[in-house]
Amino acid sequence: MAAISREEVAHLARLSRLAVTEEELDRFAGQLDVILQSVARVGEVAAEDIPPTSHSVPLTNVYREDVPTASLTQDAALSGAPDAYESRFRVPRILDEED
Amino acid sequence: MTDLTRLSAFDLAKLISTKEVSAVEVATAHLDRIAAVDDRVHAFLHVDRAGALEAAAAVDRGEITGPLAGVPIAVKDVVTTKGVPTTAASKILEGWKPPYDATIVERLKKAGMPILGKTNMDEFAMGSSTEYSAYGPTNNPWDLGRIPGGSGGGSAAALAAYEAPLAIGTDTGGSIRQPGAVTGTVGAKPTYGGTSRYGLIAFSSSLDTPGPCARTVEDTALLHAVIAGHDPRDSTSIPQPVPDVVAAARLGATGDLTGVKLGIVKEFAGDGSEPGVTAAFQESLQKLVKLGAEVVEVSCPHFEYALPAYYLIAPSECSSNLARFDGVRYGLRAGDDGNRSLEEVMSLTREAGFGPEVKRRIIIGTYALSSGYYDAYYGQAQKVRTLITRDFQSAFEKVDVLVSPTTPFVAFPFGSRTSDPYQMYLADLFTIPTNLYGGPAISVPCGLSEGLPVGFQIMAPTLADDRMYRVAAALESAVGTFTPPAL
Repeated sequence: MAAISREEVAHLARLSRLAVTEEELDRFAGQLDVILQSVARVGEVAAEDIPPTSHSVPLTNVYREDVPTASLTQDAALSGAPDAYESRFRVPRILDEED
Repeated sequence: MTDLTRLSAFDLAKLISTKEVSAVEVATAHLDRIAAVDDRVHAFLHVDRAGALEAAAAVDRGEITGPLAGVPIAVKDVVTTKGVPTTAASKILEGWKPPYDATIVERLKKAGMPILGKTNMDEFAMGSSTEYSAYGPTNNPWDLGRIPGGSGGGSAAALAAYEAPLAIGTDTGGSIRQPGAVTGTVGAKPTYGGTSRYGLIAFSSSLDTPGPCARTVEDTALLHAVIAGHDPRDSTSIPQPVPDVVAAARLGATGDLTGVKLGIVKEFAGDGSEPGVTAAFQESLQKLVKLGAEVVEVSCPHFEYALPAYYLIAPSECSSNLARFDGVRYGLRAGDDGNRSLEEVMSLTREAGFGPEVKRRIIIGTYALSSGYYDAYYGQAQKVRTLITRDFQSAFEKVDVLVSPTTPFVAFPFGSRTSDPYQMYLADLFTIPTNLYGGPAISVPCGLSEGLPVGFQIMAPTLADDRMYRVAAALESAVGTFTPPAL
């Protein structure tokens, strides 16, 4: 198994929306390498004919009767928001100016 | 007068129901105990004195009755409590007050159980020592320089320090049982789907299981009975009746295990357990044999792959679940100076809000789920899960329960494993197979090693939670309980 590089950790952090520091990049690269080398052993035993198990209980979609019930009020839903405006969540701009 | 904080939940409930003491007196005694010792233990992140006293007063007015009415409880901070701060021990949720209760919290309230407060934990339940709490570690009441286990170290320490008679934990890879073991308390992971996950802040959805923590097996069973049962709001909740765990615990307490077959896992031998842990486990096993149990060796050849599989599955699910912490709907928002884009604000928020273990696991999960690695890592881990399930099923054709030490070592000193995350992960070696399989398991104190508690784990088939309680209570009757030094 190839070692995980500092650049790869930086790429994964970007994919994860994590602005990691330079110091963290150095530390994580070493630690993640050890962890990934250790967990790579899962490849030793699981043959192709083994079906995967995602949950220990069978998953089925759950429906309820189509009867309206109470839900959170708008105020309650917005109560933990870092920023809200006119009953909506306010977010920073999504597009860059040149977009 | 009797120190109310030293009594079992069962005894407290009896005294309250016969009006020998009031629920308010019981709640006050525990709140006072918290005020007296928690600066040294740090089991609580938030204490809700007013809420607890109000709930206790409702019981005293006769508005609520039931087997545990008036018995106070501590709740792990990963479980939402309406209007009461819930942070999952993370800076990203600092000060957040959920607008709703988790199903298990609703059930505690319906049972008339005053909630004392929210207990400390590893951030988002990721860790085995409570050192990864963003608000500082919890100290083990047995030795304040040692870890109380994790991630539910706060819940376990609150019990061991007599700050609460009962507590709620969550178990993803051993986070109820391992803290129970290292603090000399009892912790049970119910069958996955036997207790509702609605209102839990999700870490690894296919593994997370809320469950009861207490100082005795009977108390654990009483709490189990309050919180378990089908919840239509959780699609993984099992629509079947809960086995009578209280009756099973009382049967076990009679000390008769005639005809019960205990399986010991061949592959767990030579696992690197400390000698004192192995000795306490073996002595306890002999005591169970004297109660009539038979010990049978079984082979579970894939258990050795449980730890690697877990450390791929759990981070993968965590990387997905924690995507909701984006600085938009609740919690922290960092770097929003009016000039940065949403994506930049999101990245800065997550950098500022998450601690090192959470970041490590998000990155590992993102790696394991990424194109090109998915089949080699996540896909293979899910296949290992199938093999481990088959190992359990095959073992349970031969024996009634499987037994092992709960942890390979006793409580370790702070800082001794944080530099090497994989060494920390070994704390969950014996507990993780059960999470991958989904069956119930319990940790019961079974002795001391170097003056520190050792846990004995009992694992049962899915939905046979009662079976593990019977054996657990029998063990407790044979070995007794263990009291930490006075704080």
